[in-house]
Amino acid sequence: MADVPRNLPPLSLHVPEPKFRPGDAVDFAAVEVPPAGAQPRPDTAADPASFHDLSYTLIRVLDDEGQAVGPWNPRLDPDTLRTMLRDMALVRAFDERMFRAQRQGKTSFYMKCTGEEAVAIAATHALSRDDMCFPSYRQQGILIARNYSLVQMMNQIYSNSGDVLQGKQLPIMYSSRDDGFFSISGNLTTQYPQAVGWAMASAAKGDTRIAATWCGEGSTAEGDFHSAMTFATVYKAPVIFNVVNNQWAISSFSGFAGAEATTFAARAIGYGMAGLRIDGNDALAVYAATQWAAERARTNQGPTLIEHFTYRAEGHSTSDDPTQYRSAGEPGAWPLGDPVARLKAHLIAIGEWDEERHAAQDREVAELVKAAQKEAEKNGILGHGLHQPLDSLFDGVFEEMPWHLREQRQQMLDEEEASGRPWARKA
Amino acid sequence: MSDVIETAATGEAGETVRMNMIQSINSAMAVMMERDPNVIVMGEDVGYFGGVFRATAGLQEKFGKTRVFDTPITECGIIGVAIGMGAYGLRPVPEIQFADYIYPALDQLVSEAARLRYRSAGQFTAPLTVRSPFGGGIFGGQTHSQSPEGIFTHVSGVKTVIPSTPYDAKGLLIASIEDNDPVIFFEPKRIYNGPFNGHWDRPAENWSKHPGGAVPEGYYRIELGKAAIVRPGNALTILAYGTMVHVAKATVEEMGIDAEIIDLRTLVPLDIETIEESVKKTGRCMVVHEATRTGGFGAELSALVQERCFYHLEAPVERVTGFDTPYPHSLEWAYFPGPVRIGQALKKLLKD
Repeated sequence: MADVPRNLPPLSLHVPEPKFRPGDAVDFAAVEVPPAGAQPRPDTAADPASFHDLSYTLIRVLDDEGQAVGPWNPRLDPDTLRTMLRDMALVRAFDERMFRAQRQGKTSFYMKCTGEEAVAIAATHALSRDDMCFPSYRQQGILIARNYSLVQMMNQIYSNSGDVLQGKQLPIMYSSRDDGFFSISGNLTTQYPQAVGWAMASAAKGDTRIAATWCGEGSTAEGDFHSAMTFATVYKAPVIFNVVNNQWAISSFSGFAGAEATTFAARAIGYGMAGLRIDGNDALAVYAATQWAAERARTNQGPTLIEHFTYRAEGHSTSDDPTQYRSAGEPGAWPLGDPVARLKAHLIAIGEWDEERHAAQDREVAELVKAAQKEAEKNGILGHGLHQPLDSLFDGVFEEMPWHLREQRQQMLDEEEASGRPWARKA
Repeated sequence: MSDVIETAATGEAGETVRMNMIQSINSAMAVMMERDPNVIVMGEDVGYFGGVFRATAGLQEKFGKTRVFDTPITECGIIGVAIGMGAYGLRPVPEIQFADYIYPALDQLVSEAARLRYRSAGQFTAPLTVRSPFGGGIFGGQTHSQSPEGIFTHVSGVKTVIPSTPYDAKGLLIASIEDNDPVIFFEPKRIYNGPFNGHWDRPAENWSKHPGGAVPEGYYRIELGKAAIVRPGNALTILAYGTMVHVAKATVEEMGIDAEIIDLRTLVPLDIETIEESVKKTGRCMVVHEATRTGGFGAELSALVQERCFYHLEAPVERVTGFDTPYPHSLEWAYFPGPVRIGQALKKLLKD
């Protein structure tokens, strides 16, 4: 090969780079934000090929004046709007409190969803109570919107004696079958094919329930994402795929998942699937898109992929420091604003809310969270003694414990005796 | 030599007929689909065509397309979807067409199915039975011959089952489908059609004359975690599973050695009592498997025997395995632990 004469320019490798790094001034002018209400709303029975444009635009309902406009306006009654606003405020207060609890050493780890509250809360309100959700780790809003006990959530975060998961999971990796909340995995997007399987089972059984699942934009790169999309489209599974494009996968910006070339909603087009790209900070757009996708699923029109275009206003987790990789100006400059402030502005604009009530509600949810924390801490915090029976460590590996686990359990109990301070670590 | 087949069969087995292992596996699925409307069969080519090995033949016709269906070629999708179905309340029996292709599904099996019960404190379970043909000896090359059982026995939360006869295959598969934990059911494809004596250049046998080929048509189950003593003996104990049970048996019979051969049948959970009792009686132990040597399940068996029977042992535990190479296509009979390799190890083990 070497002796073949060549007169070609050298190749170069493209490595994506985000627009702003620490210290850079932020200008999001390149982010295209179409006017609210401008996007058509296809019939839920329409052929996905007839609305490809909706994968490239941003479906928006709330305009700059706080009015709900256009064909996607879900026309929700004020009570529902207020409930959604309160749920979002409650998630934010919960996040604040638990973030501080982690900083105080009461647990090992926490993940906030600040700036993304609308994604989980509005979607959950648009689903039926018995639809099964297969969340990622930033959809605590699903449990809040389904009125799951705050104390239970905190018990899980503290891995204390009240933890229904017996201290076996990382904090925030909730699981509640009764609330249609599937066990969260730390491995990314594994829940995607699982949601499809659940939805296929529901369809095969002639059930009426559907499944919804969430992943981040970064993890659309996982093979499971594409396996799930293939399965869902092949069997027309009644499932809603939510891609939460919050721009950052820890420190890797969305370009490393392919965002420079296309949108994440457009992933749907290759599968012949319905795809919507929506303003994820617009609770009404999230509600409307989910409602539309749910209707498609329930009428056997198949799956829908919804890209929620949003922004992760805080770090990835308590173990992350976003100031090390992105401009400090980004969260404030984000052109789609704050989802809580926008829904609040809407309620005020239609005369169903005011600043005083909002301030009072903020105080009320803060007190609620504080009281729940006090209650949960009665059951213990992580690191302060053993909160679960020691031998429960071996429970649940299998339905029935085989001999090798029984032997290892005995070994552990013997070690405890031999420690000289048997059971001293017990709560 | 005797053909003792010790079983722990229970149930209303019904009429006994001659079946090969493919037919008995098919029969197990048919029986379970009949009994439980939540049992579903899925995988590449398993529906209309009935599977590349014909293991699912006729099931779609009998039970319909929503219970027996073909899937896209994505192993991680097949297992991920099966987990979701299991969480819904079904009992999926996904097929991975060859065990070599289970690796793309590894994360779903290892991180998800295996841990779902534990991480959700029993709220969600993954009662799936993953069927997959494994092992070599059919000129399948590197991508149709591997034995990955050791990968799964290393994982907490999955059971690993490997039959060696049609009778066992049906009873164990029924027990696996009924089990509420995820089960990896490896089918030794070299013996789908008949027992294999390890001599690739001799005429093949078939199941019609072997006692393990007598299979009841109806329901019966063989409890997981119970080994079978397929040949009693006093000179040494051979621990084997799948194809290797037959190769080991043929070898000791040809050599006229009074070996006790234990067919483990399930690797997890393992029947340690039967192993311990036998090795304490014979004082010598050989472990045989086709999988690569380093870190293989034979290492675990060897360690267990050493830990529990050391003062009864008259020789070091001998391991006979495949080599630590990929499965070589044209040289597969050099790779395969056949009668020569087993014979040499037997002589070494019985030297003193």
